[in-house]
Amino acid sequence: MTSTLAPEDEAPEERPPEGTEVIAHEGLEARAAIAERRRGFFLGLPAMVYLTLLFVFPFFIVGVYSFATRSATGSTRLSDWNIDSYVKLFDPLVVGIVWRSFWIALLTTVICLVVAYPFAYYIATRSRATRNVLLVFVMIPFWSNFLIRTYAWRFLLGSDGPIAQASEALGLGTIRVLFTPVAVAIGLIYGFLPFMILPLYAAIERMDWRLVEAARDLYADGWTAFRKVTLPLTKSGILAGSLLVFVPSFGAYVTPEILGGAKTVMLGSYVVRQFQQARNWPFGSALSIVIMVIMLAALVARQRGGAKEL
Amino acid sequence: MRFGIRPGSTLERAMAGNAWFVYAFFYAPIITLVIFSFNASSRVGIWGGLSTTWYANIFRNPEVWDALKNSLVVAAVSTVVSTIIGTAAALAIDRYRFRGDRALDGILYLPIIIPDVTMAVMMLLFFARIFAFVDSFGPRLSLGLGTIALSHIAFNISFVAVVVRARLGQLDRSLEEAARDLYAGPWETFRRVTLPLIMPGVLGGALLALTLSLDDVVVTAFVAGPGSTTLPVYVFGLVRRGVSPEINALSTVMLVASIALVAGSLLVQRGPGRTSELAHEITHE
Amino acid sequence: MAESAVQLTGVTKRFGDLVAVDNIDLDISDGEFFSLLGPSGCGKTTTLRMIAGFEYPTSGSIKIHGREVGLEPPDVRPVNTVFQSYALFPHMNVRENVGFGLLMKKVESSEIAKRVERALDMVQLGRRADALPEQLSGGQQQRVALARALVNEPEVLLLDEPLGALDLKLRQAMQIELKELQERVGITFIYVTHDQEEALTMSDRLGVMHDGSLLQVGTPEDIYEHPRSRFVADFIGEINLLDGTVGSDGTVVLKGGYVLPLDHQIGAGAAVNVALRPEQLHLVLADDSDLIPPNASRLVGTVGRRVYFGESYYYEVTSEAGALDVRQENRPGLTLFEPGQRVAVHWDPSAAAMLEE
Repeated sequence: MTSTLAPEDEAPEERPPEGTEVIAHEGLEARAAIAERRRGFFLGLPAMVYLTLLFVFPFFIVGVYSFATRSATGSTRLSDWNIDSYVKLFDPLVVGIVWRSFWIALLTTVICLVVAYPFAYYIATRSRATRNVLLVFVMIPFWSNFLIRTYAWRFLLGSDGPIAQASEALGLGTIRVLFTPVAVAIGLIYGFLPFMILPLYAAIERMDWRLVEAARDLYADGWTAFRKVTLPLTKSGILAGSLLVFVPSFGAYVTPEILGGAKTVMLGSYVVRQFQQARNWPFGSALSIVIMVIMLAALVARQRGGAKEL
Repeated sequence: MRFGIRPGSTLERAMAGNAWFVYAFFYAPIITLVIFSFNASSRVGIWGGLSTTWYANIFRNPEVWDALKNSLVVAAVSTVVSTIIGTAAALAIDRYRFRGDRALDGILYLPIIIPDVTMAVMMLLFFARIFAFVDSFGPRLSLGLGTIALSHIAFNISFVAVVVRARLGQLDRSLEEAARDLYAGPWETFRRVTLPLIMPGVLGGALLALTLSLDDVVVTAFVAGPGSTTLPVYVFGLVRRGVSPEINALSTVMLVASIALVAGSLLVQRGPGRTSELAHEITHE
Repeated sequence: MAESAVQLTGVTKRFGDLVAVDNIDLDISDGEFFSLLGPSGCGKTTTLRMIAGFEYPTSGSIKIHGREVGLEPPDVRPVNTVFQSYALFPHMNVRENVGFGLLMKKVESSEIAKRVERALDMVQLGRRADALPEQLSGGQQQRVALARALVNEPEVLLLDEPLGALDLKLRQAMQIELKELQERVGITFIYVTHDQEEALTMSDRLGVMHDGSLLQVGTPEDIYEHPRSRFVADFIGEINLLDGTVGSDGTVVLKGGYVLPLDHQIGAGAAVNVALRPEQLHLVLADDSDLIPPNASRLVGTVGRRVYFGESYYYEVTSEAGALDVRQENRPGLTLFEPGQRVAVHWDPSAAAMLEE
């Protein structure tokens, strides 16, 4: 509707003479559609160009690098193409790291879901005023600096930290959590729990509770009504939240780096190591490709699930 | 019996308990950190009385100030640019059918689903290749604030676009038709009706971009050159070496800053009533 | 007839394969209150949107006071619209909403203030000028939308189901208010609605649309009493349709052998519908058929159900010619008929309309 094909100002000389039938709109719609398309295209163009340059194009560069050769000095030779980097993926060390990343991310996602669902249910079913206050207190950690929030756990769990000191003072002995997978999982849950809560909240808040009442009226008990009505209707929130937690957990770098130490290396840290310490760019590239493929698989799985729900 | 649960039942009490547990989980670590940042003792876990020594130390540290300055420059530039490009992209996708609209829609989700480590690798190799290519013509390009800002714009565009698009989706199209009907041209319609009405979304997107830019460690660490360290990268470097009272103090400052930023923006957008909307916008996909 | 305000010639609108508006011709006179009536999806709103400029016709001509506007965007057309959802700008107060059009036309600000004030007084909202739309009731929002359109003194005012969102009482009050307003300002109104009662009570003339076609245009009386197609007859008010065929002598023969002498130009042998409004039918017990006026048409049937409507009773009568609904006005001393009774249904021959199949 924003097309301006006709002159903006009234142009009397262009009026058809009185009495003439003007039945000449054939093609006008097409011209309007072309103008619309052009407008949309130019609005979208900057983003299109930018993201193509910095995301699509680099994706192929990463692909190319993954077949390149690492020289003895650590520089990358874009010649002697080979699949060594992909072969190396099957090294038990690498498989172990991928496996560890996977189960830590999965554990994180499951715990977040189990904690966040009743939480989101609870706040979404409060009065409007209460709900908004409760939500603000979820938003604050969501918006706070992630690095700092992770650091807080390093501080708490440290051998010199308040928890260790308190437990020693109380005679409970030392608790060794830092630099274990448990510490990493705690950090990831702490970091990504809001990403699970918010979509669940959004899904539960727009529930039509009359449907639950209808189910109860039709002889479903509370649990059955939840399982047959509430759960399917909030499935989109569960899927969105799980994806938003699993993806960054699986590729996490900051959290395992701060809380995992040398023993709990995860995939993200391992990739960074290839670029910074080991200077094996081809292998780092191959690892990145693996991460992206797994992410895309998760996304497709989610969209399949979402489509079924619709 | 509203909401499928009986008020006062064991189940509801259990959920209330869970809620309190979650809030405690969210806030106890931060609050402890803040308290201990005022700890006079240099042994971080043992309370040794009140002190602001550590704050004085960090504010005297020129590296902190340099990193802060870098962070603010990058955040400001990337927020402004990505808000403009992202809003335009949201308008394009929501309003128009054009060649490549579905491709753009797909590409816009890439930065949201790609983990930051992978993104960092992509940016690094991209700049490495571009520099190798440009350098062959003479100029010497190097990594620095410019490459950091360019990278931040890249991932921020998507987040802005998603938030603005959610807002556009709620906009009643007949309002724009009404403006056209009342003699406003396309530009006047955008300026006086569309833009004011999607402004909360644009501001929300900008705030998200600002936060992401100020939070980013991995991408920045990859594309930063010498002398272009940002505050999160600087702090990350310190944290890797261990816990110290100075980091506690610096962390507290950064936490207070980000909370003030969010609180301010919530006030600007007329109260916490908007947070519920924001939850929908952020998670809208 | 007065000068034509809006003239559509051969207007067609296609959305892909869908023909939303199919080659319609329409001539609306200056100062007329004209309604476009039809079920949802019939093309009435698309027609209105083409006059407003929100859609371009695929082919055909749209003229406003003789000037071709089909090519023009909405902001240069001398028409204004009252939207179904009112489309009041939520970020502007009432005064700014009403003044928006004048501001865009670059009218001087003192003049805008004066005209906005006058427009708001006209719709009795002078005291709510500083309120935001969300602070107003539905009826008030409706009146702001009207003022916002009328303040620009458009050549034609387009109204897209403007009363749809209001409750029944308010809607009836607004119908009268709108009609009076239209008579006072003398602007041509084109009113889109799916509510037949609204169209009948307010319009000078109305057009009935179905599946993109304009089936019939006429005065409310004309349309109600002389529907020219089965769709129009069925859509406007309640109606009984009896199948029949035209006999060789021009009479219409119904099932069961009833012969009706009817005035028509339809050739012998054609299948037709005889349309009868329930309120034009009368009932007597079959045994009392000597009470029927001699020239009346009649048929005999059995009372099925009786339904009480307050101001009337409805009877379902089955006869060999088909089922009939008969309306009996409720008044003191009324004799009621009981289910199972044999009755004669009779009517004045002029009450029957003939519709070709």
